[in-house]
Amino acid sequence: MAVIDYGMGNLHSVASALAHVGAERVVVTHDVEQIRAADRVVFPGVGAIRDCMAEIRRLRCDELLQVALTEQHKPVLAICVGMQALMSHSEENGGVDCLNVIPGTVRHFGHPLHDADGQRLKVPHMGWSEVRKVSEHPLWNGIPDATRFYFVHSYYVTATDRSLLAGSVDYGVCADAALARDNLFATQFHPEKSHTAGLQLLRNFINWTPAC
Amino acid sequence: MGLAKRIIPCLDVDNGRVVKGVNFVGIRDAGDPVEIARRYNEQGADEITFLDITASHEGRETTVHTVEQIAEQVFIPLTVGGGIRSVDDIRTMLNAGADKVSINTAAIHNPELVRQASQRFGAQCIVVAIDAKRVADVEGKPRWEIFTHGGRKPTGIDAVAWAVKMAELGAGEILLTSMDRDGTKNGFELGVTRAITDAVDIPVIASGGVGNLQHLVDGILLGGADAVLAASIFHFAEYTVPEAKAYMAERGIEVRR
Repeated sequence: MAVIDYGMGNLHSVASALAHVGAERVVVTHDVEQIRAADRVVFPGVGAIRDCMAEIRRLRCDELLQVALTEQHKPVLAICVGMQALMSHSEENGGVDCLNVIPGTVRHFGHPLHDADGQRLKVPHMGWSEVRKVSEHPLWNGIPDATRFYFVHSYYVTATDRSLLAGSVDYGVCADAALARDNLFATQFHPEKSHTAGLQLLRNFINWTPAC
Repeated sequence: MGLAKRIIPCLDVDNGRVVKGVNFVGIRDAGDPVEIARRYNEQGADEITFLDITASHEGRETTVHTVEQIAEQVFIPLTVGGGIRSVDDIRTMLNAGADKVSINTAAIHNPELVRQASQRFGAQCIVVAIDAKRVADVEGKPRWEIFTHGGRKPTGIDAVAWAVKMAELGAGEILLTSMDRDGTKNGFELGVTRAITDAVDIPVIASGGVGNLQHLVDGILLGGADAVLAASIFHFAEYTVPEAKAYMAERGIEVRR
């Protein structure tokens, strides 16, 4: 299993969480051969989108990801900024074109942000929010609807094709918390930081055999 | 249901051991940080904060190693603070497995560090720690100033204005400690907590003075904090994290269970 490393922050926690739930030979790498040889790929990400996209392109991680997704049909899990990078465009850093793997937008939560009761909401959205399961998926196995996961983000994803929505989160707006298409699953939350529920999702990922 | 209010046990670590002072004097030994962090993870803590109070250089290397060990076993967010002075220090801690890094004195000496760190690593991992102490009122209004050196050295900087400035420079969160209350078990200084939570749009963690579970509730309902941090009530098993969450939930606060 390969965790794609494009030099943006703490990827060890993803790797140690995967190892904790039984993944064998987890490598954190941007080496072409290692990623090609891996049976599963995790595409994480933290930090600002412009720097992330620059590093993804410089290290050709975009091409590696495409190969894993469409040629090798390997299970791929994208996390947080990894999910945002899959979309068409992000408003962050004055507007950045992303990979357009999943058509959709990444927008700022906006100021001021309020919930349905008029309470002020802080940005970044930081902490534990309930995720509504919108569709059944093998990665949700053993995870009840409305389980709390750990989020930390100021920008939120909206996929154009609403049939891809696997989970949603309400934080002043209704944001896409999880998207699923064929052998790809993407989460805005951090499963590696979401305690038992997050570890369950990672366990489901390492046991997942996509139909395609 | 909205965002859960967070409970954050804090480990003050000196040379690889968890300690907790009373007003930074009279330090008691509370044990092995890795063991304690694992216990809080199992209890359902929402995050863990690790504050390194080690003075020596050798001790700092111990800290990196301890953070690595915690990060391998704890699957909730981990914040590391204490002695962070540069972008390199931040990178070292993030690489060791920290999710967020807390900057305190270095932000006072060099506010640009907050901007640089936020641009480089993202606001989500930059916490600015503020140690505030109440000073003489101005025109009948309370005023809090930032103090360094464990609350001994005044800086003349207004704590509320500083919090606003740090948010503008790119801090993702404020860790607010009342130096009047830290270690006293008399509860948070709610005045400064409220003043700062009202003044900034980023989340605020209240810290300093928790002696019982009602103090946690007050920090959220009266102080407006997004998260509450406590050390000794958890270390010495006066209360467990589930007990704290049950108490808060009974009083209408959303918590993760």
